[in-house]
Amino acid sequence: MKDRQISGADDAARRQNKGMKNYTIHGINGPVITVAGKTDLDMMETVYIGNARLIGEVINISTEKTTIQCYENTTGVRPGEPVSRTGMPMSATLAPGLLTGMYDGIGRPLKKLEEISGHFIAPGIDVPAVDTERLWDAEVKLSVGDTLAPGMIFAECDETQVVRHRCIVPEGVSGKVTFAAPSGAHTVVEPLIRYVDDEGEEHELSMLRRWPIRKPRPVKKRLPISEPLVTGQRVIDTLFPLAKGGAAAIPGGFGTGKTMLQHQLAKWSDADIIVYVGCGERGNEMTQVLEEFSGLIDPRTGRSMLERTIMIANTSNMPVAAREASIYTGVTFAEYYRDMGYNVALMADSTSRWAEALREISGRLEEMPAEEGYPAYLPSRLSAFYERAGQVETLSGEKGSVSIIGAVSPQGNDFSEPVTQNTKRFIRVFWALDKPLAYARHYPAVNWTTSYSEYTLELDEWFRREVAPDFPALRSRIQNILAEENRLMDIVKLIGSDLLAEEQKLTLETARCIRVGFLQQNALHELDCSVPLKKQYGMMKLIIKTHDRARTLVAKAIPVSQMKKEGIFDLLCRMKFELPNDNLTAVDELTSRISSMFAEIEKRYDIAPEEAAK
Amino acid sequence: MNIEYIGLKNANGPLIVLDGVRGACYEELVEIAVGENDHRMGRIISLSGETAVIQVFEGTEGISLSNTRTRLTGHPLELPVARDMLGRVFDGAGRPIDGLGDICPEKKIDINGLAINPVSRDYPRDYIRTGISSIDGLCTLIKGQKLPIFSGAGMSHNELAAQIVRQAKMSGNFGIVFAALGVKNDVADYFRRSFEETGVLSRVIMFQNLAGDPIVERILTPRCALTCAEYFAFEYGMDMLVIMTDMTSYAEALREVASAKNEIPGRKGYPGYLYSDFASLYERAGRIKGCEGSVTQLPILTMPNDDVTHPVPDLTGYITEGQIVLDRSLEMKGVYPPVSIQLSLSRLMKDGIGDGSTRADHSTLSNQLYASYAKVQDVRSLASVIGEEDLSPTDKLYFEFGRRFESEFLTQDRFENRSIDATLDLGWKLLSILPRDELERVSDEMYEKYCRGEE
Repeated sequence: MKDRQISGADDAARRQNKGMKNYTIHGINGPVITVAGKTDLDMMETVYIGNARLIGEVINISTEKTTIQCYENTTGVRPGEPVSRTGMPMSATLAPGLLTGMYDGIGRPLKKLEEISGHFIAPGIDVPAVDTERLWDAEVKLSVGDTLAPGMIFAECDETQVVRHRCIVPEGVSGKVTFAAPSGAHTVVEPLIRYVDDEGEEHELSMLRRWPIRKPRPVKKRLPISEPLVTGQRVIDTLFPLAKGGAAAIPGGFGTGKTMLQHQLAKWSDADIIVYVGCGERGNEMTQVLEEFSGLIDPRTGRSMLERTIMIANTSNMPVAAREASIYTGVTFAEYYRDMGYNVALMADSTSRWAEALREISGRLEEMPAEEGYPAYLPSRLSAFYERAGQVETLSGEKGSVSIIGAVSPQGNDFSEPVTQNTKRFIRVFWALDKPLAYARHYPAVNWTTSYSEYTLELDEWFRREVAPDFPALRSRIQNILAEENRLMDIVKLIGSDLLAEEQKLTLETARCIRVGFLQQNALHELDCSVPLKKQYGMMKLIIKTHDRARTLVAKAIPVSQMKKEGIFDLLCRMKFELPNDNLTAVDELTSRISSMFAEIEKRYDIAPEEAAK
Repeated sequence: MNIEYIGLKNANGPLIVLDGVRGACYEELVEIAVGENDHRMGRIISLSGETAVIQVFEGTEGISLSNTRTRLTGHPLELPVARDMLGRVFDGAGRPIDGLGDICPEKKIDINGLAINPVSRDYPRDYIRTGISSIDGLCTLIKGQKLPIFSGAGMSHNELAAQIVRQAKMSGNFGIVFAALGVKNDVADYFRRSFEETGVLSRVIMFQNLAGDPIVERILTPRCALTCAEYFAFEYGMDMLVIMTDMTSYAEALREVASAKNEIPGRKGYPGYLYSDFASLYERAGRIKGCEGSVTQLPILTMPNDDVTHPVPDLTGYITEGQIVLDRSLEMKGVYPPVSIQLSLSRLMKDGIGDGSTRADHSTLSNQLYASYAKVQDVRSLASVIGEEDLSPTDKLYFEFGRRFESEFLTQDRFENRSIDATLDLGWKLLSILPRDELERVSDEMYEKYCRGEE
């Protein structure tokens, strides 16, 4: 509005806009506005609607009418009020100052909105995402006479204590530098560089960029994935790992802990930047994220978690069109930081709400619905979104990645509904949350039989190299035991567990240890909330070792109940709360303690089996 | 603006279409005079050039193409609010129907409200003691929460809601907003009587759209109720409890209007925006930084055919912060309140309980009770195959635990108000039935301290 200053090419477009004519509103139906007759509006162009200057976007053009979706509540808008052009597609503002902030679906800072309109969000406020008056201690990296090329870093500043912000010459910009501002305090809109392009025209570069949210940002090339996103969550890291640059989905009905798991991942994953998109979710949840993150200390940097986090909150009662945009705004922010060479993780909670926003707008446009009323373009929109994940070589030649973790809220907990099914086609990790597990308060309620990760094979080399050579082998042992338990439980349901063979009873007991002692993880426990890979490996190894040792005893006709009585399995179930995260010798100590317990039982049996059985 | 538009273009269900309208705004309130003495209200729900589609709150009965005179009011539907609304009864559109005359408005507020800015919200963490063990112990109600009751036809949800109102320990400065959405007169009357008996009637504001009242008005009723609650909470700093029953009727009203508008239906014929519409109601619960008051919602909905995957309970569950689900099989066993522990959940509970608000052992106890009761279900299904006699000794203990949990912990009298200590101690007493090594979630220290067994 007043202070939205835009540099470089955008500026030219804006100047040109002054001659553009306004149009008048013809019809209003919820968030859908129509303009009658033929117009020169562009597809996806941002417009201001009515006297209140509500923000909208052109979504359909024909010779008879133009359709605009409005990002704000349209109550009170009248036919005949003006629609004014901006000449630009819906764009996100990218500049230092984004981190630690919370934005709505179209990138307006909520803190600023609060200052302007109080506790409730009033319509028609247009403010840039970042503070344009704040001074940054910018280090200008170029000097007069340098040749500009896309991907060059022209300025750097410390955005927060943990993130160094790099300003990169955008694609399509080249020329000779004719002016370089001295390093020091600058605002984001001040021109830091002036340059002359090949045609001899002078342009400016400031730290602020704008980028159309629906267009992926350019990269030099995409790289194959090579390392996991370590999350500290055992069931994920060990059984169903996600790669840096990968895409994952968390489907689950309400109350299965999707949001809780998303929060855990946002807190503990080893990404450099977290973009958390609350898309059509609860307001209180976003408040909780804000509160919790500002109080949490990142163990790797020693600073507040908030310093590496951007939050987008378009809660369920905020306008539906902005909800549709929020996912794109989020991924554009993520790509922007990726281009600086960071590993970014984007959490989208929940993509079903986003799909419903598509459906709602599609319904208002009276489009022909496909499955369950969703528009036919749902799969293509979903794939376009998930394809923005990836590990890439950036324009400046660095390695960066965007990993996307999308929560899916299937209606009626039915995984065959269109959003879950279509999502499954475009992601490679599927963490299926399970109602029965959640009812038993087994968190994270990731079902180990229906979940999968297609990255396992590609990442195994990393696990062998970085954690332990037998890591993949142990993982498949764990999976086998769980699968065997699943098969046995069908029998137990019919005849009870007493009639099983000893060997099978042992499998059940070990599987219980895996479930309770390994897969279950307490998000609120100081030690257990996040566990390093080395400890995960140690725990996994100990469980398998114990299982193998117990089998040798079973072979000697020592009943499993004896070992149970000694408390061996209970030790395994509780080790997660007792072993420290940083000192792995404790695992070895526990291992030797358990093996001496086994030896003790064995000795008793060797001497007098009848007596020992009592 | 005193232009009157005479006649209509067409009428369909609750909708009328008017031509040649100038200067109307979207969602504007209109007054429709039908014949001589019949005055109705309506709202513009779609505008296209000079054609306006209007939803008539009182229905279109008796309207012809020529007997109407329509006048624009120039503003959207607003609810006049004032402090003396306490103790009064209004119809679904906010007009007094208790015969005590109009209120003297201090302010008029657009009933659609505005979204609370997420950064202005204060995270709810003060628990409300309801004196009901299953709620206090296992899905604690928090001030500023929205916690619906999922019920079915014929179950005791009304009694439960009334008991919560009776026993809820809120601050001294509290108020109750009761919105009757398409419920029978008897139900509304039951609540009124129960408020009266509790002596809180002077703090209750009732909005009634009973089963026989116009459908379109039902869409306004919860909005009026919430606008009023927000006003008292954030202007007067009161703790407001909003009870809305029955949300299923509300959703059906929405469906009826949507189909009259020829909208493309979504699941089970409900409009595609049912989620957003619900959210625009439920999200109006909460607390705001720097304000004393709070809006706590207790919506009640009946699940058609007890189906929790029906769109209404399903979408509600995705928006609200948990749910209290009533179970017909428990009701049959004579358990009151028949709260199905497995399906019920309070998402805000974890931050509202523990040392300083309830007791340090609360979280551990509730986790263990949940886990053990889940095991009871497995044991029961096993027993139904092999018979109770052949269960292993541990499984028999689970069987016993399940039985006593239902008859002692869940069951309580309609007037029994248990303290939080009584609830938690009872929980520990029941857990002591089970062997120590089955209580995986309880640390030794806690076991020693709390799990003393029966005296």
